[in-house]
Amino acid sequence: MTAQTTAIEAAALALGDDALVLSHRLGEWAGNAPVLEEDVALANIALDLLGQARVLLSLVGDEDELAYLREERAFRNTQLVEQPNGDFAHTIARQLYFSTYQKLLYGQLASGEGPFSGLAAKAVKEVAYHQDHAEHWTLRLGDGTPESHTRMQRACDALWRYTGEMFQPVDGLDVDLTAMENSWLASVTAVLEQATLTVPDGPRTGAWTAGAGRQGLHTEPFGRMLAEMQHLHRSHPGATW
Amino acid sequence: MTAGTAATAVTAVTADAQGVRAEQDTAAAAGQAAHEAVFDAAVAADERIEPRDWMPDAYRASLVRQIAQHAHSEIIGMQPEANWITRAPTLRRKAILMAKVQDEAGHGLYLYSAAETLGTSRDELLDKLHSGRQKYSSIFNYPTLTWADVGAIGWLVDGAAITNQVPLCRCSYGPYARAMIRVCKEESFHQRQGYEALLALSKGTEAQHAMAQDAVNRWWWPSLMMFGPPDDESAHSAQSMAWKIKRHSNDELRQRFVDIAVPQAEALGLTLPDPDLRWNEERGHYDFGPIDWTEFWDVLKGNGPCNEQRLSKRRQAHEDGAWVREAAAAYADKHSTNHPEQHTQQRTEQQENGEARA
Repeated sequence: MTAQTTAIEAAALALGDDALVLSHRLGEWAGNAPVLEEDVALANIALDLLGQARVLLSLVGDEDELAYLREERAFRNTQLVEQPNGDFAHTIARQLYFSTYQKLLYGQLASGEGPFSGLAAKAVKEVAYHQDHAEHWTLRLGDGTPESHTRMQRACDALWRYTGEMFQPVDGLDVDLTAMENSWLASVTAVLEQATLTVPDGPRTGAWTAGAGRQGLHTEPFGRMLAEMQHLHRSHPGATW
Repeated sequence: MTAGTAATAVTAVTADAQGVRAEQDTAAAAGQAAHEAVFDAAVAADERIEPRDWMPDAYRASLVRQIAQHAHSEIIGMQPEANWITRAPTLRRKAILMAKVQDEAGHGLYLYSAAETLGTSRDELLDKLHSGRQKYSSIFNYPTLTWADVGAIGWLVDGAAITNQVPLCRCSYGPYARAMIRVCKEESFHQRQGYEALLALSKGTEAQHAMAQDAVNRWWWPSLMMFGPPDDESAHSAQSMAWKIKRHSNDELRQRFVDIAVPQAEALGLTLPDPDLRWNEERGHYDFGPIDWTEFWDVLKGNGPCNEQRLSKRRQAHEDGAWVREAAAAYADKHSTNHPEQHTQQRTEQQENGEARA
């Protein structure tokens, strides 16, 4: 295995784990959404992300071994995507932050000629829709009722601390992170302001959260998520399904 | 005017009014009869009844009841399968299951829309579901205890549903028939994935095979009950058949399903839990053992293993989402003031619909 392949694999693992984990979280909404249209929409986003995850993980090895047999500390996803769904506002805030990042990331990767350009060209269309969906709900919740405004502001504030991690360098990922981060801030700020929300002023990284997910340090809820996700597969070693 | 004159005038007016009303009643009765003749002829000629066509009140009520129950079954039916999304054993199975549960939400949407063409709203129907005034298919009151249940539901429950629903694509009410064409296409994919998932288990390890057999043992009889009570005990069957909402009797469809399922079970390498199941050369059908209708009525009455759980979870999701729906409505109100013409247009359409129906 060459050093270059390893770097590409590291990048595929980071991006693949992000997609895998967020897809799982969104899948938890099935049957529980506030309106039937959102049951359809959230499942759709989850399916897009799962599709991306499968392509990316397959660049590294067997998709099921990677998803089901790794320990918590071996996952390379950001802490943002593993955060529990919370109320619908938390799910939307997490989606706004992440989809805006993914849209910029895949936009850059699609315009290059690196190993991810093919995947990115397809995925950028999907994530543009995810971003649009999150943006519209941010507007509705932020500028809806006093209750929805309060909930949306709380969600944006709570997840803000996890947003810096997305712009930490990842081996094998050849993108202009500074430009991406500036565009991300401008885009998210515009949406939040239009939604009559206050852009959170807290730190976007913390002593514990700075790039920690990408290094295999996760938050408590992630272990439980994996326990549930991996249980059946691990109970039948070597079985095919 | 003296009191006497006034009384006479009132009497005269009343008499006139009665006369007018009697004439109106006669005219209305004649109009009703003419409408009924047109409706009956359309049904007899296998034409579709469309939302703006005149239809008997009982026909409308029967359709609303059936379509609503069907829509509710789709959304309650998401629960037993969603129970396994987070534990699906491979990413491929997870993607298939998520897509399937998403389809069910989509079916709910088409069906609530079909019901709306009959002058009822989704909110109204959901309210009836949540308060227990409308039902959903009793099959979803059974639990999904293992991964193999996902396969068994696909193979047996979706298989039974397709047997029931394919004839509905020719149902006399246009919007319902058209919704069913799309639903049936997707259901047939669901059934195949269930069969394929069970086949993988049946041919897998000993533990997987046992899991598949256990699931089939638990789902077989409830699946046969999905066709409803025997023909002579079915409350709505005769009228629905006359109106061509329903095309085949419960027992006929049940037999059709058994005839298809038996060879499929053999191909799967699984047995069906019925010692009386055997081919009857004379009838050209499989004979099967007696169904425990006591269980059916008991589950229908609310005493199934999951009735309380399914409905509570549905109510909870609805209540938890109230603030989101309120926010969306408030936002739409705030931002639609610039487009008053949209409101006017909607109102006009509603009035036209109302008049067309009246």
